[in-house]
Amino acid sequence: MNVNLNLIITNLPFLIKGALTTIVITFFAFLLGLFLGLFVGIGRTSKIKLFRIPSSLYVQFIRGTPLLVQIFILYFGLPSAFNINLNSYVAGILALGINSGAYIAEIVRSGIQSIDRGQIEAARSLGMTHAKAMQYVILPQAFRRILPPLGNEIIILLKDSSLVSTIALPELLFNGKLVASRTYDYFSMYLGVAFVYLILTWAASQLVSYIERRFAIP
Amino acid sequence: MIKVKDLHKKFGDLHVLKGISAEIKQSEVVVILGVSGSGKSTFLRCINRLEEPTSGQIWFDNKLITDPEADINRIRQHVGMVFQQFNLFPHRTAIDNITLAPIKLKGVEPLIARKLAEELLQKVGLGDKADYYPSQLSGGQQQRVAIARALAMEPQVMLFDEPTSALDPEMISEVLNVMRDLAKEGMTMVVVTHEMGFAREVADRLILIDKGVIVEEGTPEDFFNNAQNERTKAFLGKIL
Ligand SMILES: Nc1ncnc2c1ncn2[C@@H]1O[C@H](COP(=O)(O)OP(=O)(O)OP(=O)(O)O)[C@@H](O)[C@H]1O
Ligand SMILES: [Mg+2]
Repeated sequence: MNVNLNLIITNLPFLIKGALTTIVITFFAFLLGLFLGLFVGIGRTSKIKLFRIPSSLYVQFIRGTPLLVQIFILYFGLPSAFNINLNSYVAGILALGINSGAYIAEIVRSGIQSIDRGQIEAARSLGMTHAKAMQYVILPQAFRRILPPLGNEIIILLKDSSLVSTIALPELLFNGKLVASRTYDYFSMYLGVAFVYLILTWAASQLVSYIERRFAIP
Repeated sequence: MIKVKDLHKKFGDLHVLKGISAEIKQSEVVVILGVSGSGKSTFLRCINRLEEPTSGQIWFDNKLITDPEADINRIRQHVGMVFQQFNLFPHRTAIDNITLAPIKLKGVEPLIARKLAEELLQKVGLGDKADYYPSQLSGGQQQRVAIARALAMEPQVMLFDEPTSALDPEMISEVLNVMRDLAKEGMTMVVVTHEMGFAREVADRLILIDKGVIVEEGTPEDFFNNAQNERTKAFLGKIL
């Protein structure tokens, strides 16, 4: 049992190519998740049932089912049922984005609910509508408060994106798997893959703490 | 300016206000007294409908604000409120707390809003604190910024809910002085407070609420020197 460093190094460009794809799909999935999570999270706190109930069904469904199953539904299920063929990039980004949207919605909801009641009362007493109070008073504060859990969510997403290797999307794990099965040195290659993920997650957490500092309130 | 008729408020089974009727005239300073839990805050918060009254009518400037059709957001622009816990927006500097509503609600030009806010900060004695965040200010300073924030909307009446109760003793007078000046300028004010000195000196009229009803109403003179009602005497006995 020894690690073939040479093998890792010679295949590093190929792994990095996969890592770039991982970054790209994580980025777009996170954007989609943020967009969904913001609306669904606000919807979860709404007084209006028409917003609240679908929001909570979505969150329940996504959190109650495995991500891998969600990926398979989009990639294998849609073509067979509705003749909708998504290429693996679209299916992967959609599945990851819709999945993280549910978790981000919960982060957004708890962020909004963590803001002291006095804040909305002060805003409303000045004459702001509920929407304006949200926009200028509640969300800017909630945003800062949810940065740490959002950062955590990016890191989870980055790691979970490895699941789309199962639909032949050539990201980091997929590329590693190709080399491993060609050379039979699974141990070295998967260690190499793990190491590249480690660098990605480390970089992401640095970025997040930079953003946290940037938006800190004295 | 404000007229309240047979106001009731229930929280579930808890009947907090049991038929309050009152009138507040232009430029009048009315102090509301009462023991803890008597319904003072609830009454004040019904006036700008931060609490929805269960029944009864409230008029502001001859407009029926308890009408479900009333544009409550517009009405609130004319009714300033100051809270016990200040409730400044912690993510904005003092001056940005003050300019937010005029800019976003009245469409005042940012530069003009800023100028007005600077004048208001001068007026509450905080001309040099414009760019401080709330967390960098003392309680008394925060409450004065909160008063300036409410004044920036140029309200016709100001509601104060125990504005000095959360303050250290040495900061109480700086807030009361600002309120006293405001009263002198002719601002209409409804003040819930336990500061008897302020009530005696500044109020035109005192209202004592007990268990959700008004038990006594009168000038400070009547109130402190010739209280008739047993419950008023009991209250004064406790507080003085
Ligand atoms: N949102 C609410 N839900 C349920 N009960 C409430 C609510 N707000 C107030 N109450 C109850 O109504 C009663 C009157 O409360 P209120 O805050 O008006 O009293 P207060 O006279 O202002 O007292 P304090 O001097 O302690 O501020 C209290 O028994 C209180 O527990
Ligand atoms: Mg109170």
